[in-house]
Amino acid sequence: MKDKGSQSGKAVRKPGKYIENGGLRAVPHNLLLDIRRNKVIYLCLAIIMSFFLVFNYAPMFGILMAFEKYSPAKGILGSKWVGLENFRTFFQGPFVGRLIRNTVAIGVLDLVVNFPAPIIFALILNEIRSKKFKKTVQTISYMPYFISAVVVCGLVKNFTQAGGVISEALAFLYGGKSVNLLNQTNAFWPIYILQNTWQGLGYGSIVYLAALSGVDQELYEAARCDGAGKWKQMIHITLPGILPTIILMLIMRMGAVFSVGADKLLLLYSPANYEVADVINTYVYRMGLQQYDYGLSTAVGLFNSIIGMTMLICANKICKKATGTSMF
Amino acid sequence: MEYKRTPSRVLFLVLAYSFLVFVAIACLVPLWHVLMGSVSDPAELNTTRGLILWIKGKMDVNAYRAIAGYKRLWMGYRNTILYILAQCVITGVLTIMAGYVFSRKRFYYRNGFIMIITFSMLINGGMIPTYMVMRSLHLLDTPFALLLPSALSVFNILLMRTSMEGISDALEDAARIDGAGEFVIMFKIILPLCKATFAVVMLFTVVGKWNEYMPALLYLPTKSELYPLQMILRDILISGTNNISTPDAASNSVSLYQKSIEYATIIVSTLPILCIYPFVQKYFVTGVTIGAVKS
Repeated sequence: MKDKGSQSGKAVRKPGKYIENGGLRAVPHNLLLDIRRNKVIYLCLAIIMSFFLVFNYAPMFGILMAFEKYSPAKGILGSKWVGLENFRTFFQGPFVGRLIRNTVAIGVLDLVVNFPAPIIFALILNEIRSKKFKKTVQTISYMPYFISAVVVCGLVKNFTQAGGVISEALAFLYGGKSVNLLNQTNAFWPIYILQNTWQGLGYGSIVYLAALSGVDQELYEAARCDGAGKWKQMIHITLPGILPTIILMLIMRMGAVFSVGADKLLLLYSPANYEVADVINTYVYRMGLQQYDYGLSTAVGLFNSIIGMTMLICANKICKKATGTSMF
Repeated sequence: MEYKRTPSRVLFLVLAYSFLVFVAIACLVPLWHVLMGSVSDPAELNTTRGLILWIKGKMDVNAYRAIAGYKRLWMGYRNTILYILAQCVITGVLTIMAGYVFSRKRFYYRNGFIMIITFSMLINGGMIPTYMVMRSLHLLDTPFALLLPSALSVFNILLMRTSMEGISDALEDAARIDGAGEFVIMFKIILPLCKATFAVVMLFTVVGKWNEYMPALLYLPTKSELYPLQMILRDILISGTNNISTPDAASNSVSLYQKSIEYATIIVSTLPILCIYPFVQKYFVTGVTIGAVKS
């Protein structure tokens, strides 16, 4: 009630107008006017922005630690500035080779296998005419997504230990004794990639199925009249129809390709398989929260996120050039 | 919609159906194995190589009895449920507010502020700087450390905004003439009209909260009594550090029941969400679809 009164009163007193195209100089005037007109909105906005400031923007200030020999007693502003020393320590350290190799390998393998997999799954599902069968397979395929990372890794650990279901099956196929596969250097990557496939296949296909249902059915009719077979229809109608979705998903994935998540790897790795399982993000965790080397940990994390951002921007540019679709 | 049954078409359909059946079985089999294994005779379970498709030996539910008496698991369960409830309230209120604010056309600088929050998706401080912020706010070892940082997500906000933008301004104006304030309009007029999207946001929140363990690992360094379920599961399934009293406790160092107990724990901790998901999956489909179109 009060709000309404003040608004109508103000309208009489000062008709105020926003200055359009006024550039930065118009901001103070426009902002004040905006605040006066939308008091409650700005109150809500203040609450929302304070969350982003505290939990998203304030940590950016902490990036300074990457360039310092951080000591908790002196704080971020008081610690000794060492320039690129932390980065030098990392790049000259004994682990840099394996960390970068593992991060790149796991990231790229994951992209190459688990990006196309849901697309192929969706395309095959789309060919099925029986609604009931389709629905059932879809529902079942979403299930693994709802199982937590801890339980999935628990299952993986259980199935791949010596005597586990998968170890035994492999031992049966290739001969030899069943061993703990997670500690086999050549088995870790496939295990990690496949458990991601298992968990993400169905859920990842949702967005493509939605895109597929949006493809104009008349195009298929027309193509059939022209004598195009199923295969030709797929190449010339279906794929172009969902290409924008594919590109969008690809850009988003490219940005994250080297930020291989630590959450599952932290559960699956152990000193026995660090050689193939230790990636930048797990190293950041170990250095920071187990060995308390905040400066080094922050520097390595920063290195990783700069690479990630560069990847995202490049992928976006390339896709914009090549297909005209882009995220921003 | 009849297709000519050419041989190649028939071959394709046979392959397609077998592939899809294979995927469905591959999704189900691991959990089925665990379920059957958890009620099998533990001695048989330990010696069986390969999948367990039906109960081996005599049915034995002692593993379930053992975990029923394991207090930490139920404490984790209770904590997770409390976290989910609290997170839903916090995230719900804030996301409605954010969606409302960013969908008002009379809010002149809304696009500017949206850019500011979207930018936070591109770059972030990283693990340690975020940890330091939490520490300097004295949030470590408190439940708020798990609730506040994840309270608002850009994705949820954009989802909510898109849905609210579709509602005609005339409704808001009419309510204002009737003397309704902003909050009344927000919660009583606008919210009921985008219940479906709100449900999507809530479901993402519930499932995300149920499954996460990293925030607890990072932000609860000493208070293990605040651990959510997933951290307790991590101790049981991954680290193997737990002191569940097994039915054959004193007999030997490695219990006969260890594997059964792991399996039973998986079932007990996964069943609730698996019972619910078939009924709510359509909301997830909506959410993912709108999200992809929007971003």
